[in-house]
Amino acid sequence: MMSRLSDDRSRAAIAASIEKRRVDTRGLLFRTLLQACLLLTLALLAVLIISVVTNSTDQLGTRLGDFLSGTLRSQSGDDRLGVHQGIYGSLWIAVIVAVLAFPVGIGAAVYLEEYAPRNRFTEFVEVNIRNLAGVPSVVYGLLGLALLVKGNLFGLDRLTGGSSTLSAGITLAILALPIVVITAGEAVRAVPVELREGAYGVGATKWEMIRTQVLPYAAPGILTGTLLSMARAVGEAAPLILVGAISGRLGNDPGLLDLSALTDQFTALPIVITTWTVQSGRDVGFTAAAASAIVVLLVFVLLMNSAAIGLRNRFEKKRG
Amino acid sequence: MTDASVAQPVVLTAERLQIAPTRRRREVIVRYSLLMAALGTVVVSALIVWSLVSEAWTFITGVAWADTWGQLGWFPRRGLYDIPTIVIASIIVTAIAMLVAGPLGLGAAVYLSEYANRRVRAWLKPALEILAGIPSVVLGFFALTWIAPNLVGRIGKNTFLVVGVVILAGYAVIAAGVARNRIKHYRGSGAEPSSLIVAIGAIAVLVAIFALVGAWLLNVWIEFAPARAGSLAAAGIGVGVLTIPLVASISEDAMAAVPDSLRQASAGLGARRMTTATTVVLPAAISGIVAAFIVAVSRAIGETMVVFLAGGAADAARFTDSPFEGSLTMTAAMASLASGTDSVVGEGLTFQSLYFVGLMLFAITLGLNVVAARFVARVREAY
Repeated sequence: MMSRLSDDRSRAAIAASIEKRRVDTRGLLFRTLLQACLLLTLALLAVLIISVVTNSTDQLGTRLGDFLSGTLRSQSGDDRLGVHQGIYGSLWIAVIVAVLAFPVGIGAAVYLEEYAPRNRFTEFVEVNIRNLAGVPSVVYGLLGLALLVKGNLFGLDRLTGGSSTLSAGITLAILALPIVVITAGEAVRAVPVELREGAYGVGATKWEMIRTQVLPYAAPGILTGTLLSMARAVGEAAPLILVGAISGRLGNDPGLLDLSALTDQFTALPIVITTWTVQSGRDVGFTAAAASAIVVLLVFVLLMNSAAIGLRNRFEKKRG
Repeated sequence: MTDASVAQPVVLTAERLQIAPTRRRREVIVRYSLLMAALGTVVVSALIVWSLVSEAWTFITGVAWADTWGQLGWFPRRGLYDIPTIVIASIIVTAIAMLVAGPLGLGAAVYLSEYANRRVRAWLKPALEILAGIPSVVLGFFALTWIAPNLVGRIGKNTFLVVGVVILAGYAVIAAGVARNRIKHYRGSGAEPSSLIVAIGAIAVLVAIFALVGAWLLNVWIEFAPARAGSLAAAGIGVGVLTIPLVASISEDAMAAVPDSLRQASAGLGARRMTTATTVVLPAAISGIVAAFIVAVSRAIGETMVVFLAGGAADAARFTDSPFEGSLTMTAAMASLASGTDSVVGEGLTFQSLYFVGLMLFAITLGLNVVAARFVARVREAY
C-alpha cells in the first residue's frame, strides 16, 4: 500500500517534470546576445544616416538647387558653394568604369569559365584575380599616379593630361576590374549545362552558344555584379587623392556633358566630402556642406546598390 | 536529255561539313580577344608590382636608415620617416576595429545562420548589404563628427578597461573552447602527434596575443588621456563598423556550408539550439570564420579614408601607442602626403616614401589574403 502510493507520487513527479515548461535561461541569454549584436550594428547604421541627414538640412533644406549647381569655395557661407564639379567628376568616373572595366571584366570572366583549359596557368590567373580584389584601394592610387599621372612607363600622361578625370576614371576602372571578373564569373558558372548542350545540339558554335544562351541567362547576375562594382568605384576617395584630385579651389566648372574637360584638373564627390570634412575643423559651417555632399553621394551609391540587390533577389526567387 | 530532269545526288564532302570560314574566323577572333581580356588582369598585377617596386627601390637605396627607426615620429617633409610610428598606429586601429567588428559581425552571422527565420533574413541581409555599400569616406565623416565626440569622447578610464577586458575575455572563452574541442578530437581520433603540436602551438600564439593586448590595455589605462577631436580610437571604431558586414557575410557563408545533417544529429541527441551552434556549427565552420577575421584585418589595415579623416593627425605625427591620441597609420600617411597644397612633389625622397609605404602595405595585405584563401579552401574540402 505504501509502496503503491510512492509509485504514484514519483509517476506524477516525472509527468510534471516532462510537461512543465522549463525556461532555457542560458539559451535565451545567448539568443538575446546575438540579437543585440545585430541590433547594435543596425542601430549604428541608423545613427549614421540620421546624423548625416540632420547635419545636411542647413544646406539641402534651404538651397538645394544652388548647392547642386555651385562649386568648391573657401568659405562655407559662400552663396556659390556646391557640388557641381564633384558631380561632373563622379559621373564621368562612373562612365569610364562602365566603358573600360565592364567589357574587359566580363570578357575575362567568360574566357576563364568557358574557354580556359584546366591547367596551372589558368589557375595562376584566377588566383591572381582573387588577390587583386584584396589589394587596398590606395595602392591602385599609387599605380594610377605612377602610370597615368607621371607617365613613368609608357608616357601615358600625354594622353590623360596628368591629374585628370580620365586618369581617375582609368584608375578606378582598374580597381573595379577584379570585382567585375569575380561576380561575372559566378553568374556564368550558374548557367545550367542543359542550355549549353541544347545550343550545341542545334549546331551552334561555341561563341554562338555563349552569345545566345550563356550571356542572356547570366545577364541579371552580371548586371548585379557590375552595378555593385560601379557603386564601389564611385564611392572611393583614397585612389583619387593619390591621383591628384583637387581639394582646394578648382578653376573650371564644365557642363555635365563637356567631354573636352575630361583631361583637365578634376575633383569628385568623395573628394569634395573629404575636403569639407577636413575644413570643418577651422570653419564649422563645412560640416553641413560635407553632410550634404554625402547625401548626394549616398543617393547615387545606394540607388545603384539597392537596384543590384533587388535585381538579384528577384531572379533568385524566380529561378528557385 | 534524261540528265536534266534527274537531280544530281548531293555529295557529302569534308568541305561541306565544315562550318563556313567566316563563322570559323569569328570564333578565333572572339577566343583571342577574350584571352586578351583575361591576360589584362595579369598585366594589372605586373604594373602594380612594377610601380611599387621601382619607386620604393629608390627610397630603399637612397634613404638614411637612421631616419627610419627610433625617431620622434613621421615627419616626411623634414626627411624623418619613422616606420614604427605608422606601423604601430596601423596595428592599434586594426586591433580596435577587430574588437568592434569581430564580436558584432560573428554574433550577427550566428544569429542569421542559426536563429533567424526566412522572413527576418529577407530584411536583415539587405540591411547589412547597405552598410557594406556605404563608402568609407562617409564613415570617416561619421567617425569624426559622431563617434569621436559621442563614443570616444565620453569613454572614461574605467569604461575603456572594462569594455576591453570583456571583449578580450569573450574571445578567450571562444578560443579556449575551440582549442579544447580540437585537442579532444585529436586524442579521440588517434591522429598523428604533429597535429596536436600544431594545436598547442596555435594556443601558445593565442595566449601570447591575449597577454600582449592585455598588457597594452593596462598601459593605456594607466596613461589615460582624454581624446581630442580625432583619435586612433575613433578611427578604429569607424573602421570596425565598416568591416562588420565583411566578417558577418564570410562567417555566415562558412556556417551555411556546414551540412544540415550535423545540426539534425545534434538536435536528435537532445542538444539545445545554443549547444548545437556553439559545439557543432562553430567548430565545423572555424576555418571560414578564421578566414573572415583575416580578410577583415587585411581590409582594416588597407582602409584609408576613415583613418585619414578621424585619425586626428594632419601631415605629420609624433610616435604614440595610445589610442586616445592622433597619429598617422600607414594608409593615412600616404593620403596626407598626396593631399595638401604641394601635392606629392615634396623635398628629397618624399614621393618615393609614398611607394615604400605602399609596398609594405601591399606585401602585408597580400600575405593575409593568401593565408585567408588557404583557410577558405579547407572549408571547401571538408564538405
